[in-house]
Amino acid sequence: MHLLRLNLAVAASGFRRYATYRVATVAGVFTNTVFGFILAYTFIALWYERPQLGGYDQSQALTFVWIGQAMLATAALMGGGFQDEFHERVRNGDVAIDLYRPVDLQLWWFASDLGRAAFQLLGRGLVPMAVGAFAFELTLPSSPTVWLLFLCAVFLAVVVSFALRYLFALCGFWLLDAAGLGALSTLMSVFFSGMLLPLTVFPGAFGEVVLWLPWAATLQVPADVLLGESGGGGLAGLGFQLAWAVVLLVAGRLLQAAATSKVVVQGG
Amino acid sequence: MQEDAGGAVRDTDGAFIDVTDLRKTFSVRRRSGLLRRTSTEVHAVDGISFTLRRGEMTGFIGPNGAGKSTTIKMLTGILSPSGGRLRVAGVDPARDRTRLVRRIGVVFGQRTTLWWDLPLRDSYGLVRRMYRIPRARYEENLARCVELLELGGLLDVPVRQLSLGQRMRGDITAALLHDPDVLYLDEPTIGLDVVSKARVREFLLHLNAERGTTVLLTTHDLSDIEHLCERVVVIDHGRLMYDGALAGLHEVGRGERTLVVDLERELPPIEGIAGARTVRTEGPRQWLTFPATASAAPLVSRIAADYPLVDLSLREPAIEDVIARMYAA
Amino acid sequence: MAETGAVERGAPGRRLSARRALGRVAWGLRAYGFIAAMWVRSTMAYRASFAMMLVANFATTFLDFAAIMIMFSQVDALGGFALPEVAFLYGTSCVAFGLSDLLLGEAERIGRRVRDGTMDILLMRPVPVLSQIAADRFALRRLGRIIQGSLVLGWSLTRLQLDWTAGEVLLTVSMVLSGGLIFGCLFVLGGAFQFWAQDASEVQNAFTYGGTTLLQYPPTVFGKELVRGATFVVPLAFVNWLPALRVLGHDDPLGLPGWVDFAAPAVALLCCAGTALVWRAGLRSYRSTGS
Repeated sequence: MHLLRLNLAVAASGFRRYATYRVATVAGVFTNTVFGFILAYTFIALWYERPQLGGYDQSQALTFVWIGQAMLATAALMGGGFQDEFHERVRNGDVAIDLYRPVDLQLWWFASDLGRAAFQLLGRGLVPMAVGAFAFELTLPSSPTVWLLFLCAVFLAVVVSFALRYLFALCGFWLLDAAGLGALSTLMSVFFSGMLLPLTVFPGAFGEVVLWLPWAATLQVPADVLLGESGGGGLAGLGFQLAWAVVLLVAGRLLQAAATSKVVVQGG
Repeated sequence: MQEDAGGAVRDTDGAFIDVTDLRKTFSVRRRSGLLRRTSTEVHAVDGISFTLRRGEMTGFIGPNGAGKSTTIKMLTGILSPSGGRLRVAGVDPARDRTRLVRRIGVVFGQRTTLWWDLPLRDSYGLVRRMYRIPRARYEENLARCVELLELGGLLDVPVRQLSLGQRMRGDITAALLHDPDVLYLDEPTIGLDVVSKARVREFLLHLNAERGTTVLLTTHDLSDIEHLCERVVVIDHGRLMYDGALAGLHEVGRGERTLVVDLERELPPIEGIAGARTVRTEGPRQWLTFPATASAAPLVSRIAADYPLVDLSLREPAIEDVIARMYAA
Repeated sequence: MAETGAVERGAPGRRLSARRALGRVAWGLRAYGFIAAMWVRSTMAYRASFAMMLVANFATTFLDFAAIMIMFSQVDALGGFALPEVAFLYGTSCVAFGLSDLLLGEAERIGRRVRDGTMDILLMRPVPVLSQIAADRFALRRLGRIIQGSLVLGWSLTRLQLDWTAGEVLLTVSMVLSGGLIFGCLFVLGGAFQFWAQDASEVQNAFTYGGTTLLQYPPTVFGKELVRGATFVVPLAFVNWLPALRVLGHDDPLGLPGWVDFAAPAVALLCCAGTALVWRAGLRSYRSTGS
């Protein structure tokens, strides 16, 4: 009970921290919207040449674009999120203090990142989505169940994204090269999440493989859940996300234990 | 000071820094409703006047938010004043910022301008190029600072490996390579150990005596001012509260120093010592206050004579306390 | 250099003669050079990190092109343009953007500098603030984007099989250089904007990163309104669309007169002049309001 309250407080402070930057939020919404328009037009041209490409019709493809813009900040697909601060604490050694706190390191950062994601879904996700729906003909479900499933998928997307970024961030204990690691993490995320192109458009065996990578859980799957393209009424997609979430979070715990013992051995 | 039509610079040693009715007003906008915003005027600096002679070393103090840094920013030409008249070395800082900056040096205690990952020497090389300092003069100034600030073995060490005190000495050197006429120091001894503090102060006294550099010093450490400045300018709420000698400030502010006395055992509060009163006791330790203008020596000998004294220490009044009392007075 | 002789006079220092202005520009460029050199030396303290970031920079931009190649694995043409033609657009956009990103990509940090007070330190030095801002965190790793763009551009040239005239070669070179200037102006404008709105650094991404993405695709892909906006409001079309359409032998969707294809250098210079005015206004506003 106490633990839950503590983590809720951490999440709330994560939410508030991002909520204070109003101008930055407006600026971000503007940029997301501009990128949404650019991508939308290229998708129109692409689906004009190949209707039903990747199993989507044109309207679904456009919906995919705007879901992507809404998820960009929420799931920290192009960077942003807790990891910059985490790296800084690893670099300057403050992380040793964190390790001695009574709260769990992974849970602490997770709660704070969740708070951030919640704000960015509301602050930076809704408006571009609404603009997209206004300017283009999108395929949005009318069933509240699908929306509910989509919300679950967004939550799990944030969890998987966090778990991935946490793994990369922990590598900083050994490599001490935050910038390079961050760049690598972002690179993988942008390409393999479906941010540039839906993964179903990727050709051949490569196209098969990318659908099974964890990054697919951060954008491709939530989009498919909303578009009704995920099997089992969306449950297959959620199961896929859940499986990756568990695997990656456990991996994060193991790596964290290794990092902790390293810090303890070296005395911080 | 004389305002002259041609704008020509006269030698202004008597009023090297000349501030007349200086004002800076910011308008701060606040949300007052869902869409409404109201704008309020904040007078950060509200009519300050003072003049500094060339070669004078002055303490510039006041609580946080008093308008100190706004004033310094106007003196360095970063901010343009909203009103009043300002001359530094005969130059109007806001109009001729680029010309003025060659004649001033600035040191921030809490912010280094040195290059973190490069040896000190590289930072100095950049200063030489930015200020276009002739090679010979640069070498001479560097050698002098290196000798006086004892930076000899440190020139080739990356700045990130220097201690706080070493870095501060490095920063002071960087600010002096172009022979500035005016040096602004912002908390130059903050966080330094006693030895480094002493070394920095000694250097500044030397600089002032040898080169006649005019120094304006902002600090929260009254002992900096006691060691360095014959004069203090106090501002608060954007106004000049005091301008004169440090001793006078204590008088005005009825500054009190505190003597902390450790006795052998717990005793009733010390009584009957003229000019001092016990304000607090805690076990064998007692706190006595006395006027800042009085000497502590007779007090200490009286106490030592009457009480079993183990140890004692002297606390200077904090600037904030002094200023707070100025209001009460 | 510039102010000897003027030192003992008062106001005349403010009268800018052409010679003084040129002297200032030359001094600004020289200062840019030695500050940038310091950054290079500073980053070389972490060689492994530098190598990794160079590769990351290259790879990030390469993935943009990989997405385009994936598109073309599914279709033969996009908006009536074949892959080599899109690659030509991609390459010119990428190199032009890469040049400006290399030379003044950190102008977006102005907001942060205003907030943390380090802007004041720049103002206390006898070096133009713009030089210091532009050279801030100069990083050779940004060559990654230019290299990648050049490779794509080179590849497209081998596949396009155009009959090059001297004029077209000149047009292509001037397109990349003017494009670099236009993007550079956008970076500086975005930076200057932060004097008024410190947290708005992301707005400029819409124009810089958004701009280079836009220009990687043929204008025929986009709605007319968007193309008009990218021609007359933010003159991105001059970076590569207008001149490239001529080189590639395509019609311009807006049907503008033919001479505008050659107008890029003039437009770039106009942008610079406008940007200079906005920059000065931004700096003046900062100096009257502080942080």
